[in-house]
Amino acid sequence: MVTGMAADVPAARQIAEAVADPELPMLTLADLGILRDVTSENGHIVVTITPTYSGCPALHEIARELEYRLTQAGFGATVRTQIAPAWTSDWITPEGRRKLHAAGIAPPRPAAAGAALPRGPVPLNLTMAPRDPVACPHCGSPDTAATAAFGATACKALLRCRTCHEPFEYVKEF
Amino acid sequence: MTEDEFTAYHDLADETGDHRWAFGTGFTDPLEGIDTSVPDGVSGPALAAYCLMLGDDALIYSHRLQQWMTRLPELEEETAVANIALDLLGQARMLLARAGRAEGADRGEDQLAFFRTERDFRNVRLAEHPDADFAQLAGRLLIFSTWRLALLRELSGSRDPVLAAIATKGAKELAYHRDYAAQWVIRLGDGTDLSHARMQAALEAIWPLVDELFRADAVGGDLPGVAADPAGLRAEFDSVLAAVLAAATLDLPDTPPLALVSGKSGRDGVHTEALGYVLAELQSVARADPEATW
Repeated sequence: MVTGMAADVPAARQIAEAVADPELPMLTLADLGILRDVTSENGHIVVTITPTYSGCPALHEIARELEYRLTQAGFGATVRTQIAPAWTSDWITPEGRRKLHAAGIAPPRPAAAGAALPRGPVPLNLTMAPRDPVACPHCGSPDTAATAAFGATACKALLRCRTCHEPFEYVKEF
Repeated sequence: MTEDEFTAYHDLADETGDHRWAFGTGFTDPLEGIDTSVPDGVSGPALAAYCLMLGDDALIYSHRLQQWMTRLPELEEETAVANIALDLLGQARMLLARAGRAEGADRGEDQLAFFRTERDFRNVRLAEHPDADFAQLAGRLLIFSTWRLALLRELSGSRDPVLAAIATKGAKELAYHRDYAAQWVIRLGDGTDLSHARMQAALEAIWPLVDELFRADAVGGDLPGVAADPAGLRAEFDSVLAAVLAAATLDLPDTPPLALVSGKSGRDGVHTEALGYVLAELQSVARADPEATW
């Protein structure tokens, strides 16, 4: 394999990490955990990202934004997609969770199965109630109720606080 | 439209830096940058035919759900059904792209979705069934997502790593779809006399399409270790349906299966009348302007 001029991978990584998610703009790609890798191939930067959900329309937008920001900074850049292992909400960083909470969105609890799929039948959830309470991001009360299992984006659900009566979104475990 | 106006629109539809005309346009192959070589010992044409079946299920079901948009009883159900349709559309895009690559004939996802005729679609007939009311939406989604979740979980161990990755991701989505449908079947079944009667009638109307889900298809036998055995999914399906229907105080329907046509069904390209109408709508824009980009 021919090796060309070495690109400044740490600098490129810093740019890629700082790109904002278009649907959760308070989070960067690094916060959301969808940035898989930043490498250099023959002096060209290759950024690998992963979709959160199969149909996520933001992925294409994110790829174009990454190419634009890196090109503006003088890099030649290509964005690749990687689908395995599948993204899990456990990859949202502690900083990402703090930012979600600050924006009034309850962060996900640990995903039941983590990144791996459990063997055997997937347990059935027969009630609207989450399996343990999601705390209200406004007042902290654990007395909250689900109002809709799907929100404005695939990754969120809608809840309501019974203490302060505010509705709020929460990022689902996935 | 004048020449200048036309040029302006043309430029907007092109990939020009960050000057895109709308969020979510400028689609690229959903498997761009992923190694899609066919594993040793696996038949490319059989793998393509198999992925096409599973992709068609998702594409046609997604379109049926999209037809509910602006017609649902509450805003929360609009967002839920739209999200489920979007997940299935994402699965369809990846599966059709995988089929196109494995086939080796250079047909992309759009070519497969918009320029095949009814007899070339390989979805199960359940996917094309129109929901007559919200009870049918909930009941059909419970049946479809319970079956597809069991199927995709099985395929997460497929010898084709691309199919395994698509299935692993899709299974996580299907678990949410199944919960959504199960909760509505329970609310309606265990609700008022009227909602109970309509939910029971909905299940009986859909039940004839269930047996086909577990029939052997023409290509699975040529794909050992790659494809799932449809009959092997029945036990999990039956146990989930029994649990939900018991909680919903509903009876397991016993309406007989919809007859095959000369031994053939959806997997063989033999569909109900409903599919033609779905395709006429789904394909109309692409066929009106085959050179269009989006």
